[in-house]
Amino acid sequence: MRYAMAVDTKKCVGCSDCVVACQTENKVPIGYCRDWVVEVMDGTYPQLEIEIRSERCNHCENSPCVRCCPTGASHYADGGVVLVTPDECIGCGACIASCPYDARYPHPDGYVDKCTFCLDNRVKKGLDPACVSVCPTKCMYFGDLDDPNSPVSKVLKKRKFKTLIPEAGTQPQLYFLI
Amino acid sequence: MKEELIISGRMNQFIDPTLHIWHWHIPLYLFLGGLSAGILFFAAYFTITGKEDKYPTAVKLAPFLTPVLLSVGLLALLLDLKHKTYFWRLYTTIRIESPMSWGAWTLMVVTPLSFVWSALNIKTLFPNWDWKYKFLYDLEAFFRKNIKPIAWILLIFSLILGVYTGILFSAFNARPLWNTSILGPLFLTSGLSTGAAAIVLLSRNHAERLTFARIDLMLIGIEVFLIIHMFMGFLASTQVHIEAAELFLGGPYTTPFWLFVFTLGLAVPAVLEMLELKKFHLPYWIAPALVIAGGLIFRFLMANAGQASRWLY
Repeated sequence: MRYAMAVDTKKCVGCSDCVVACQTENKVPIGYCRDWVVEVMDGTYPQLEIEIRSERCNHCENSPCVRCCPTGASHYADGGVVLVTPDECIGCGACIASCPYDARYPHPDGYVDKCTFCLDNRVKKGLDPACVSVCPTKCMYFGDLDDPNSPVSKVLKKRKFKTLIPEAGTQPQLYFLI
Repeated sequence: MKEELIISGRMNQFIDPTLHIWHWHIPLYLFLGGLSAGILFFAAYFTITGKEDKYPTAVKLAPFLTPVLLSVGLLALLLDLKHKTYFWRLYTTIRIESPMSWGAWTLMVVTPLSFVWSALNIKTLFPNWDWKYKFLYDLEAFFRKNIKPIAWILLIFSLILGVYTGILFSAFNARPLWNTSILGPLFLTSGLSTGAAAIVLLSRNHAERLTFARIDLMLIGIEVFLIIHMFMGFLASTQVHIEAAELFLGGPYTTPFWLFVFTLGLAVPAVLEMLELKKFHLPYWIAPALVIAGGLIFRFLMANAGQASRWLY
């Protein structure tokens, strides 16, 4: 089982519903975000191109955060999802410095927090992650890459896609349809 | 033109607008750890080679600093943790892939040994010291009998302590400035150099001072070579590494680095030490004080600039 997510940059309008849904579902402390929306503007007026991406932890297959964690609090859970066990985390910040996507932050309670793909609270109950389920343009696809019939496998077969900074060697599992 | 913006609003503390998760604690610890590693390395080395009487400051006096320096460093590390009461989790596992894990275990070996070493030489500071209890005398006799093996362990672990601080940073490929294997040897050399400088500062013996000034001069030479090598490597690498080097080559860290670290922390003390060796009589403390200050500033600049360097996507 390999959980992955694909975000359609052609359909995303940057409404930030995914961000609010995540904050509500996961009780993210006020002032923090586990996911965010990036707008890239390329070119010179009037020849402009916009790419909008809903971003979060890339749940890398070769995660620098899991490698550098001195206690094993950062770990691979079911389906390759990268999680942090709060009461094993000492809050040293190594994983935060090691993430090329800046996807982690120290929770006000001390441990390091980040996107979980809603693994325990939704995915294991057969639901999509909160961000995927609320998207008004249905631009996000989630599922198991080992299952050829999962929404994410199907869309990645049909469409061109990219990952962020593949040259960092992290093997990210967050795909962007282009 | 390409412009990239977070449009959903994000201001995660310590992450945005640029990473600043590590403040003064980490660079201070890196400096104190490197300095202690340097002092303990020379103490162990000259014990193994049987030169305790020739270099009494290096072997007996200077190591008194290390329990204090390491304790302050450990306190800084503890203060840096955001989940402080869970610090003991470091010692429930050994994670080979995590330099921070083996650093924590190295400190677990070096710190007690620094206390043992000071205890064995306590009569250097307090000639009338009395251990009071027989078991303490027995313990002292045991350590004294095994001083050579202890010195070997200390020699190896002081080198690991000196080099790991650099490897800790270089293991982060997310921060291009740190992501160079030169950083381990560079921090080790800087640590040994500040250690030698501390011995020069403390020594009252002219011959010993000259020997350590000579050692320090050699270490400064190696450090300059490694720094030049590091920037050459960056400039011959990818765009993100070029941009990391440019933080120091025209960017915001240019003046602090080339003025305080390179000129005042390396070049000037090297010239002063050369003059000292040529028998010009200058106040002997200037060169080592500059070396030590340079080492401290160097750690702060590397820690801060590294967090400012990043991948672009």
